[in-house]
Amino acid sequence: MAEIVLETRALTMRFGGVTAADNVNFRLRARELRCLIGPNGAGKSTFFKCVTGLQTPTEGQVYMRGHDTTHWMPHQIASLGVGIKMQTPSVMDNLTVHENIWLAARRFHPPEEANRKTAEMIERLALGPIARNALGQLAHGERQRVELGLVAVGDPWLVLLDEPAAGMSAEDVERMTGIIHELNKTAAIVIVEHDMQFIRSIAEVVTVFHQGAVLMEDHVDRVMADPQVRNVYLGKKA
Amino acid sequence: MQGSLSRDVIATVIVTAILLWIMPLLIGTYTLTVLVIYGMLGLSLGLIWGFGGILCFGQAAFFGLGAYTYAIAAINIGESTLPMILAVLVPAIFAALLGAMMFYGRLTDVYLGVITLVVTLILFKFMNSTAGPQYVIGNARMGGFNGIPGFQTLNVPGDPGAYIWGDAYFYVCAVALAIVFLLVSALLRSSFGRIAVGIRENETRMSLMGYDVRARKTVLFSTGAAIAGLAGALFANWGEIVTPNLFSLGQSAEIIIWCIVGGLGTRLGPILGAAGLAYVKFLLGQQHLIDNTLILGLILVLFVLFLPRGIVPALVSLWRISFGRRPLGRIHQARRSRNRERLHG
Repeated sequence: MAEIVLETRALTMRFGGVTAADNVNFRLRARELRCLIGPNGAGKSTFFKCVTGLQTPTEGQVYMRGHDTTHWMPHQIASLGVGIKMQTPSVMDNLTVHENIWLAARRFHPPEEANRKTAEMIERLALGPIARNALGQLAHGERQRVELGLVAVGDPWLVLLDEPAAGMSAEDVERMTGIIHELNKTAAIVIVEHDMQFIRSIAEVVTVFHQGAVLMEDHVDRVMADPQVRNVYLGKKA
Repeated sequence: MQGSLSRDVIATVIVTAILLWIMPLLIGTYTLTVLVIYGMLGLSLGLIWGFGGILCFGQAAFFGLGAYTYAIAAINIGESTLPMILAVLVPAIFAALLGAMMFYGRLTDVYLGVITLVVTLILFKFMNSTAGPQYVIGNARMGGFNGIPGFQTLNVPGDPGAYIWGDAYFYVCAVALAIVFLLVSALLRSSFGRIAVGIRENETRMSLMGYDVRARKTVLFSTGAAIAGLAGALFANWGEIVTPNLFSLGQSAEIIIWCIVGGLGTRLGPILGAAGLAYVKFLLGQQHLIDNTLILGLILVLFVLFLPRGIVPALVSLWRISFGRRPLGRIHQARRSRNRERLHG
């Protein structure tokens, strides 16, 4: 088996009286692709924020490639080679596509190398015609694609994506699926997602969250067929 | 930013040379000197606010600290070279400590403004209360609200008898401003400057890309304070006295107004805003009909209403509309590429 790149042990997060994440034990191996699903308020996003350092868990530990990253800041975690994309598009709106990607590339490469990497990434994401446009002028799908470029250009070995398909057109989703599969050749990927169609198209193993805890972890087909999951997540309509 | 640094250097040298030749024919060099010094002070805030997104209400604190450091060091040392260097270093170190406290404490926006404002007030109050004979640093008495007069002014390095004053002092200040302007240009073109602009745009994104936002903001803040400190030392030499009024709230507010009127996010804007408004204030000071702060307030209000981005960005847009190559919209580009396909297809 491949090495474990991300592990949480008894990760718990409480906000006052509410336990948003409850004793979560999670393991992810190198080059694995894992989807986290669950109804609203199930704790997916809290779990995501604890792993990325945006919040510090009340109890428990987070390990990345053997480092205890529990109390690390987001920039320290990112510096390890972890690519992170938040739920809402978070980009530098007044800067060009090229400058955005260059800034991401520059973190891990000297300037000349960063120029080359940026050109490559723009080519790969088919952003050439809009490379000199400011991010603020772009459509939602294009902004999401650029943000994925920011994540990919750092050659991460672990990628954490929070709802990457939200609000995207079918064409954009398809293009993004391609990018994610490409990334998956070298990196382990965790995707928090609502869109069941997208999950069916991309996932193999799925972790289901419910009321802060892990309800089930199995192959996507078996998860979808499970009566308990259908009950808590898909409701009566499915 | 477009173009290259070498083009910046050539343009700056030419423009500086022309201004050095023309301006003394129009305005006395004594007045020009202080306009140049204010320009440098404006640039210091323009750098950290316009490009780093750090709104500091206390830029006057670093200006005053530079002036006081120079005066105290000059009295004790008696030759101006080392005091000039200290006048840059002391505010920079002070700002690095203050900045580290604020940025590592994750203070942002309004809290940062409040703290920098309060620091300025504390320095103002403290300097005002140092009238007693017990407030002495070396041979220099702090002098309370009377300030410190009678220190060694700028001399040719190594020769304390050769004072630089009058017209010569104006040229020294103007060249110093040109050099600082070029250093700021180089900084903004460097990776550090581009990353600083990225942080201004989106702090969370930059930290998720692996940049230590706190450290970078502290360094930029300190750089701005170093420039303000240099301006303060030059001001001390110009006025030949330093007083606690350097730390006043009015001074702090004026620097912010210079940046807004001149144009944030440009290098030239804060310099032009500072020199222009200071000159208006100087002209208004020669009449007794209307209080000049009223007029300056009116100018600010008019700018915020009608030219919210400031003079320089407005001039740049005007230039682009009149003479520049029209940036092709995406529709045009799409149409063009479609036409091309049709031609080749």
